[in-house]
Amino acid sequence: MLELRQITKRFGDVLANDQVDIVVKPGTIHAIVGENGAGKSTAMRIAYGFYTADSGQILVDGQVRDIKSPHDAIALGIGMVHQHFMLVEDMTVAENIVLGAEPGTSLSLDLKSAAAQIRQLSEEFKLAVNPNEPVEHLSVGQQQRVELLKALYRHARLLILDEPTAVLTPLEVEEFFTILRRMREQGKTVIIITHKLSEVLAISDEVTVMRDGKVVGRVQTKDTNAAELARMMVGREVLLRVEKPDPKVGSAQLEVRNLSVVANDGTKRVKGISFDVRSGEIVGIAGVEGNGQTELMEALAGLVDLSRMTGETIYAGKNINGVGARRRRELGIAHIPEDRHRRGLLLDFSLAENSILGVHYRPPIAAYAGNIFLDEGAIQRRANEIIKAFDVRPPNAALPARALSGGNQQKLIIGREYHVDPKLLLVSQPTRGVDIGAIEFIHRQLVRLRDDGCAILLISAELEEVTSLSDRLLVIHEGKIAGEVDPKVATMEEIGLLMTRGH
Amino acid sequence: MAKFARDLIFPLIAVVAAFIVGGILILLVGDNPIVAYRLLLGSALSWPDGIGYTLFHATPLIFTGLAVLVGFRCGLFNIGVEGQLYVAAFATAWVGITLAHRSAWFLVPLCFLAAILAGALWGAIPGVLKAYFGSHEVINTIMLNFIAVALVSYLTQYHYREANDPILQSSPIGWGAHIARLGKFIPGLPERIPLNLAFLLALLCCLLVYLFLWRTKWGYEIRATGSNPSAAEYGGISIRKQIVLAMAVSGALAGMVGINEVMGYRYRYYDGFSDNYGFTGIAVALLGRNHPVGVILAALLFAVLQHGGIYVDGFSEHITKDIVQVLQGIIILFVAAEAFFKWSLGRFGFRRLRA
Repeated sequence: MLELRQITKRFGDVLANDQVDIVVKPGTIHAIVGENGAGKSTAMRIAYGFYTADSGQILVDGQVRDIKSPHDAIALGIGMVHQHFMLVEDMTVAENIVLGAEPGTSLSLDLKSAAAQIRQLSEEFKLAVNPNEPVEHLSVGQQQRVELLKALYRHARLLILDEPTAVLTPLEVEEFFTILRRMREQGKTVIIITHKLSEVLAISDEVTVMRDGKVVGRVQTKDTNAAELARMMVGREVLLRVEKPDPKVGSAQLEVRNLSVVANDGTKRVKGISFDVRSGEIVGIAGVEGNGQTELMEALAGLVDLSRMTGETIYAGKNINGVGARRRRELGIAHIPEDRHRRGLLLDFSLAENSILGVHYRPPIAAYAGNIFLDEGAIQRRANEIIKAFDVRPPNAALPARALSGGNQQKLIIGREYHVDPKLLLVSQPTRGVDIGAIEFIHRQLVRLRDDGCAILLISAELEEVTSLSDRLLVIHEGKIAGEVDPKVATMEEIGLLMTRGH
Repeated sequence: MAKFARDLIFPLIAVVAAFIVGGILILLVGDNPIVAYRLLLGSALSWPDGIGYTLFHATPLIFTGLAVLVGFRCGLFNIGVEGQLYVAAFATAWVGITLAHRSAWFLVPLCFLAAILAGALWGAIPGVLKAYFGSHEVINTIMLNFIAVALVSYLTQYHYREANDPILQSSPIGWGAHIARLGKFIPGLPERIPLNLAFLLALLCCLLVYLFLWRTKWGYEIRATGSNPSAAEYGGISIRKQIVLAMAVSGALAGMVGINEVMGYRYRYYDGFSDNYGFTGIAVALLGRNHPVGVILAALLFAVLQHGGIYVDGFSEHITKDIVQVLQGIIILFVAAEAFFKWSLGRFGFRRLRA
């Protein structure tokens, strides 16, 4: 169906694609895996005409084709769904889908026939999308299906999906995979770009592995396993399971009593939660995203106004209700937020400036004349310590945080939060959008901190992550604790039921 | 420094492009652009009058450019610089009039303080309104501009005007509140040229603003708030405090225009003195890339245009000093269009693409 031959693409000094060969057979689901920056997206954007290759050929149905723009790609039956949806919120599904390919004459827009056609496509692939629904009323999963419909409406025979599951909940991922399998049955070809190995193994027929801009492996999915794929992606052996000794549990560091939190939109998101986290243990909270985890963490970090909370938060035996974020940090509470771009980093600031966020106002960072001035030397030292200890790449403290890959940004944040020797660590989605190699590293660091006696509260949407890291696992459902399970013995089904049914 | 030099390229292109487009316009009107530009630059850069007046005109623009810059760095658009400088200039004159008989040692610092505090206060009002009530600073600063202008006009007209003075201006300030003109220290520069110590104060403020924003913890907090308020909050920074602080500092810088105007130039409050300094300050900050050094360069450029324009008006056949407005407008347009430029250059492969 699609073949890339010897594709090379250079961005400035960076060789993004180095003589890449990819062959995608018709009627298959083909996974392209690799770490961030391995060149997967670049290769696919070349196939879709977003970029033009410096050299090499693209063959569609065995014929060499010159794809100069997405327009050419669509004409050849290639469609692409991006990681970030390109939908107009206040337009209906049908309006969004016809956007750029409006039916009817140039003066009159024939939405009715378009809607009928969309409905037919939706039924054919069992997408359950109502063409007359405004997009803003749809869930993320449904919006993704609209994106699929957009491509199908343009008669795409080959669909390229860039990290399609990044935004989906575990249940939505299952539904999504069912849709992909149905598409394959109907004769469509699918290319899925991802770095989640479990998904590759679950959905694909063939896998192309990329690393540093090169294709390093081509395998049939049935002939491989996660460990082999991980080794190809990273270029060395990777431990996928977390190895950890039994916890040496101390006294309760954090006690949450009947805590309720009202979100900015006025809805109650956390509804009377109580639990303890003791020093030396990792307590995990599993749950489908949007069940109050975000609000819980923000409240514990001191980022929620007291007027929006009830209940008690006790830290090291003292009530800290109403204590602000700065004071909580001084008391030894560190926080790795779920959204590193929104909360965790000043993207336009240098790594050095980011490394002092939260401690910038006190010695040794602030010095001279009553601690007004920033001590450049101290900032550089601190930044370089973090960069070295947490292997942040590239190791240049003067670079803006924006220039780093997601994994390295996360390592910088973790390094910064570890540097204060926290007694309680609040950590949300520590490995979201992070490469496999870095995930392994981050997991080991979390266990190390726990073994040093820190109390850790861990929230993650990755069920595997919370079960393998946690010493105790709580399941949250609609703002309440649905139950506590022993992560060593609980099955995925058991936890999954608590997550979705709440009992 | 290399980064700063790179940042200067686009403003420089904007300026050159503006002069080219302006030249075409002059040609269309029927004058010779080369003659007109020679007149413009020659008169603005002649010694001593040209340079003296150009630097004098640059002084308020440096202050207002810095004021806008500090707001921008905190993510705030301070359109109220104009109102802040009016209130401050009046406050300066008020102190200078009320305590007219005191000595310079006493009066000069007090007048400085009056200018800075009045500006800071007038700036802090929209800051507080934004921080604690969530009302947008752009609306409130515009509203406060009207109030400021009307208020000082009223006070001048009914309370501080000399009897029988046909001009709407206050009575003079005491001798003790005068600051020296630079002609006193620089040989060849006559004292009739109003360039005064406030110009040196403006340069000093550039250095102070730089140190404040990039070398102190307060500046870090202001810039963090401007860059990403959520992350600043996460880092234990009170966003409300930063908004009020940034607006107060911005207003204080705007207020120092009053020092130049009242203490160094007219020695009284002259109603409607500001030649849109506050609004030109926005252009100065934008053209100067929100950097203190850039602000000095941009303020000098606008001052050259302003002063040279007078001569273009007097000595050319068809064009008037409105050509200066046209040039300023085109410069701003080109600076604003920078994003578009970058985009179109990128399309032809001049840009390193985001991988």
